Amino acid sequence: MTTGISAEQSARKRALDVLAAAPAKALAERWEAFGDKPGHQRIRGPETGLVMVRGRAGGGGAPFNLGEATVSRASVRIVTGEVGHGYCLGRDLDKAEAIAVIDALRQCDAAKVDAEIIVPLEELISTGDDKRAEETAATRVDFFTMVRGDN
Amino acid sequence: MYVAVKGGEAAIANAHRLLADRRRGDRAVPALRLDQIVEQLGLAVDRCMGEGSLYDRELAALAILQARGDLIEAIFLVRAYRTTLPRFGYSEPIDTGAMKIERRISATFKDLPGGQMLGPTFDYTHRLLDPSIVGEDAEVPVVREAEGEQAPRVTDLLGRQGLIEPDGELAEGEEVGDLTREPLDFPLDRDLRLQALARGDEGFLLALGYSTQRGYGRTHPFVGEIRIGEVEVEFDIAELGFAVSLGRVRVTECQMVNQFKGSATIPPQFTRGYGLVFGQAERKAMAMSLVDRALRAKEFGEDIVAPAQDEEFVISHSDNVQATGFVEHLKLPHYVDFQAELDLIRRMRAELEGVE
Repeated sequence: MTTGISAEQSARKRALDVLAAAPAKALAERWEAFGDKPGHQRIRGPETGLVMVRGRAGGGGAPFNLGEATVSRASVRIVTGEVGHGYCLGRDLDKAEAIAVIDALRQCDAAKVDAEIIVPLEELISTGDDKRAEETAATRVDFFTMVRGDN
Repeated sequence: MYVAVKGGEAAIANAHRLLADRRRGDRAVPALRLDQIVEQLGLAVDRCMGEGSLYDRELAALAILQARGDLIEAIFLVRAYRTTLPRFGYSEPIDTGAMKIERRISATFKDLPGGQMLGPTFDYTHRLLDPSIVGEDAEVPVVREAEGEQAPRVTDLLGRQGLIEPDGELAEGEEVGDLTREPLDFPLDRDLRLQALARGDEGFLLALGYSTQRGYGRTHPFVGEIRIGEVEVEFDIAELGFAVSLGRVRVTECQMVNQFKGSATIPPQFTRGYGLVFGQAERKAMAMSLVDRALRAKEFGEDIVAPAQDEEFVISHSDNVQATGFVEHLKLPHYVDFQAELDLIRRMRAELEGVE
């Protein structure tokens, strides 16, 4: 659960959330442009497997198993010793590994990683969300009442 | 008894090669790419993901291409593929209340917080074939400033006033059932029914839902709300000690509000049926919610008089991969079984002739 985690964990979670949500191409471009990529060693994976996605009866009730989703994950150790973990929906092993390396690197220099990778990707995601929300908003029904008859 | 029959290897190999040829079709026509299927046959992809019970749009597109557009065959391929992958675990339950809404309508309230958003719907189209879409680019959508208003679930609005039964919690000490791990053992709890319905055949559930409307297990339903959009999938990472988002999946949720139930101690409340499906699959989510409510008959002390209320009947026949497997196995060689039947009928006729 995400309750009761420290500020540092919360920032790490935010970064991992953004990296997982980011389109693979945009993430790869950001990572490509990032200077001083550390060498890394694979601890686990990258590998693809399944996560059973759960819903709740009625939306807020008892959990049930909705169906599975493909998920890729990787764990790496960078040369300076930090261990990073990457998880994302789909079968893109390169993306999972890049996330893991970025997660490890972020433990050395969070400010740089956030400024050059996380924040721009977050903005990109948010721009996409805004566009979709605006398209949806244009289909909002404005009801009006017609008065019929005059007595 | 089974007797192995050999032969036909060359015929099978050639048949599969012929299948590959027919799948490709006229070589003068460009071959389909997966991204074309994902982008332009999105609802077929969604159905394949939902009933294949595996969220992966590109894999579903591949299955559709390989199955020549036969969706049940494609669903079969997806189900077979999932058995090749390890299971990392179970997600946290998704929160449909926090959905990035792409469509949201209610048939019970005209005005509701967050508004009614039609989204990309077939509703109100004239169902006239339109040759002008062929090879044409569509116009860009109209945009309007989004108000960023919260859109609480309609059932939560009714729930605040106590007019509808609550969602219901998992009983103390109960584990969430998983039909991909344990064989079904009737009677089922609602969690297993919902899992089976979520991956059940749309046509079968549609027909059953329809039957309840026509009087075979009537439930007096109203669509409290349908919402479609993306939700985060959170997964607890043991190495980190907290949950992170794996990304988003698109789902369709239907809240069916049905007629009342009360008791000596509880005043009458609306009852509920629930539908939740991967992708944009409104008809399926609606059918699922109707059938979910019908299958709760016993819980509400209703007489079980109709097929849609019969849990074992519905859930045992809702899976189209199982159904097609058993129906289609009939075309495989049954030469020995049939010889036995032939012997039997000949003997019966001989006995009858002997009597006359």
